[in-house]
Amino acid sequence: MVQTFGYAVRGRQYLTSLLSDATVIRSRGGHHAIATCSIAAYISDGVAAMRALAARHPIWSTIIALVLLILLYLVFAIWPEWLTDAIGRKKVFLNALFNGITLGGLYFLVASGFTLIFGLMRNVNLAHGSLYLMGGYIGFFVADATGLWLLAFPVAFIVVGFMGVLLQILVFRRMEGQDLRQTLVTIGISIVLADLMLWGVGGDFYNINPPSWLSGPMETGLVTSQRVRSSGEVVTAYLKYPLVRIVILAASVVIGLAMWLVLNRTRIGMLIRAGVDDRDMLSATGARTHLVFVGVFFFGAGLAGLAGVVGATFQSAAPGEDIRFLLASLVVVIVGGMGSIPGAALGALLIGLAEQFGSVYFPTYAVVLTFLIMVLVLAFRPQGLMGQS
Amino acid sequence: MALADTSAQARARRADDRVWIERITAPYWVIGVILLIIPAFASDFVMFQIFGWTFILGMIATSLMFLGGYGGMVSLAQMTFAGVAGYMVAIFGDSAIDTISMGWPWFIAIPLALIIAAIFATVIGWLAVRTVGIYTIMITLAIAAAFFYFTRQNYDIFNGFQGFNSVFPPRLFGVDWRQPMAFYYLTLFWAAVTYFSVLYLSRAPFGLALQGVRDNPRRMAALGFNVTAHRVAAYAFSAIPAGIGGILLTWQSGQISPGTVGIQPAIDILIIAVVGGLGHPVGAFIGAFLYVILKTFAVDFLIAVGLSGDRFQLLIGLGFLLVVLWSEDGLLGLWSKLRASRHRDPLTGEVRE
Repeated sequence: MVQTFGYAVRGRQYLTSLLSDATVIRSRGGHHAIATCSIAAYISDGVAAMRALAARHPIWSTIIALVLLILLYLVFAIWPEWLTDAIGRKKVFLNALFNGITLGGLYFLVASGFTLIFGLMRNVNLAHGSLYLMGGYIGFFVADATGLWLLAFPVAFIVVGFMGVLLQILVFRRMEGQDLRQTLVTIGISIVLADLMLWGVGGDFYNINPPSWLSGPMETGLVTSQRVRSSGEVVTAYLKYPLVRIVILAASVVIGLAMWLVLNRTRIGMLIRAGVDDRDMLSATGARTHLVFVGVFFFGAGLAGLAGVVGATFQSAAPGEDIRFLLASLVVVIVGGMGSIPGAALGALLIGLAEQFGSVYFPTYAVVLTFLIMVLVLAFRPQGLMGQS
Repeated sequence: MALADTSAQARARRADDRVWIERITAPYWVIGVILLIIPAFASDFVMFQIFGWTFILGMIATSLMFLGGYGGMVSLAQMTFAGVAGYMVAIFGDSAIDTISMGWPWFIAIPLALIIAAIFATVIGWLAVRTVGIYTIMITLAIAAAFFYFTRQNYDIFNGFQGFNSVFPPRLFGVDWRQPMAFYYLTLFWAAVTYFSVLYLSRAPFGLALQGVRDNPRRMAALGFNVTAHRVAAYAFSAIPAGIGGILLTWQSGQISPGTVGIQPAIDILIIAVVGGLGHPVGAFIGAFLYVILKTFAVDFLIAVGLSGDRFQLLIGLGFLLVVLWSEDGLLGLWSKLRASRHRDPLTGEVRE
């Protein structure tokens, strides 16, 4: 992908200088070329940004800091009796927390592709859920046929990515700027794809087994409970958590960070962001916007395919999952803010946590809690938590 | 020239002098008479299942057409509004679930159901109008999904997965309104009321202002119109035909459950309205008729072609895709395209009078 975009930019130095001027204004921390940038610079950037945030919103940052502190206490402390009496055992809480965070990682993978495509092209791809499910099926059959779990990821990424490119060329390019028609056509495509997949693979649940080196629980070292036996012996129980979920979470964090870096610190990212801000101006400067669009669509759709493999490992691939994950990514991007990658991360985390805590502490209304968050965000911040108005 | 002018004025004056019954154009006469005499020769199945269902879905789709065509807000929550009204009738009226149903008389239960649906739509509209265009679709889709899950999980009010069964229309004037012919006329009546009131509203000041808001909200705001209020009011109004449709739908199948208000039905309503065309209320009924015909006979058709009857969704999806890809305004758009090309001079390409 880097090469594709590099080709688009080659020999257009004037464009780069033009865009990097714009970037200096846009990013408060100043623009660094990727070679000169060190981790220390990122951290100092981050600290400066946090300070600026705290200065601008003193009340909100205090509340957020308090919530984080309480959360840290809940995770690391050994719970006293009254706390266990009030909200149940610590193990349940920790499991809900971890499940929520890992589910958030999966939601992020799905929603980030959606939000990337939306952010650049204003294309609402309601077939995104179908791409996700397709990735899951492809991953299952690849892993089943070859026995290689890791091979499922690149295959699903590439195949589903090409589906996305087909969508872009055959559908979205023909009706640029006609939001409603694009939406309707993608609804039609998702209906057709859902039925074709049902036809092809049937209504069974497909579950990808992770390889043996990833299955099984992992010691997290977090204390869940401590009891003193009558003999005076102290029994400490530690939390065990499925290793594969943690690995997948780490992978989605890495993908998210990589996406953020590419978007904010590279020339391709500059092109993409310039395309988000003013598509016509970008193409007037001579950039091959169509190539950029195709590339972003490939990547966004590929992410959905990747997420499908993850989802089929986490849970399972089955009819209906496409709509479920389409809805999840809709809610995530509405909460987080359209077209914003950090917003998608925040939204995914919030929704994942809400779903898991909801299903543990108020099982009847778990799903409603998710939508309640969405309604609250819409009512008080319609552009989303991280969205630009 | 002058002569032509005076004759045109004279014709216009004469047009004003006509009695209202004379101003009804020929197509209305033909379709009206046909619809009224259908029960004379149609079977019970055709009256109850095909036409009854067409009119009901047409009403719900008309409410979407009203919002989408005149207000520019394509909402996927119309089936939800219909479902709210249907549920309320089951809750306030009679059903087999007598622990929840209150058994109030119809003249309280039905208006109350419609009022609650309108209030619900107002709240949803107030949330949805904070966004425009495609965001509206996404948010209303999310709301429809939320309502679906809520009804499925709530057992105190909505009776969870099972919903309510044995919800029947009241025996008014000694007629069993669930008999095919009675039900046919009942749905026909309400479909006609919906059709004409939406048509009337589109030409009334409110409808004109709404279309102005659709085309240029900033200019309308500058002219002193409250853009948000008009949009929210459009949502509130749209809940009435949708709600009536929802109540009739509940009576037709005798039950209401989360499956009635699921995501698939919500998308079906969008498909009906879009395939028919969002430009005119008649589109919603054309779309509904096609959908019902397809849904009823697709299985036979698929088996005749040699495919399994399960591929019904594929047929619907492909048909929808074709219409959306070819025409910007559904079948109505195709029709007007065809008419425009018929009136075009084949040599010059100019439009003839």
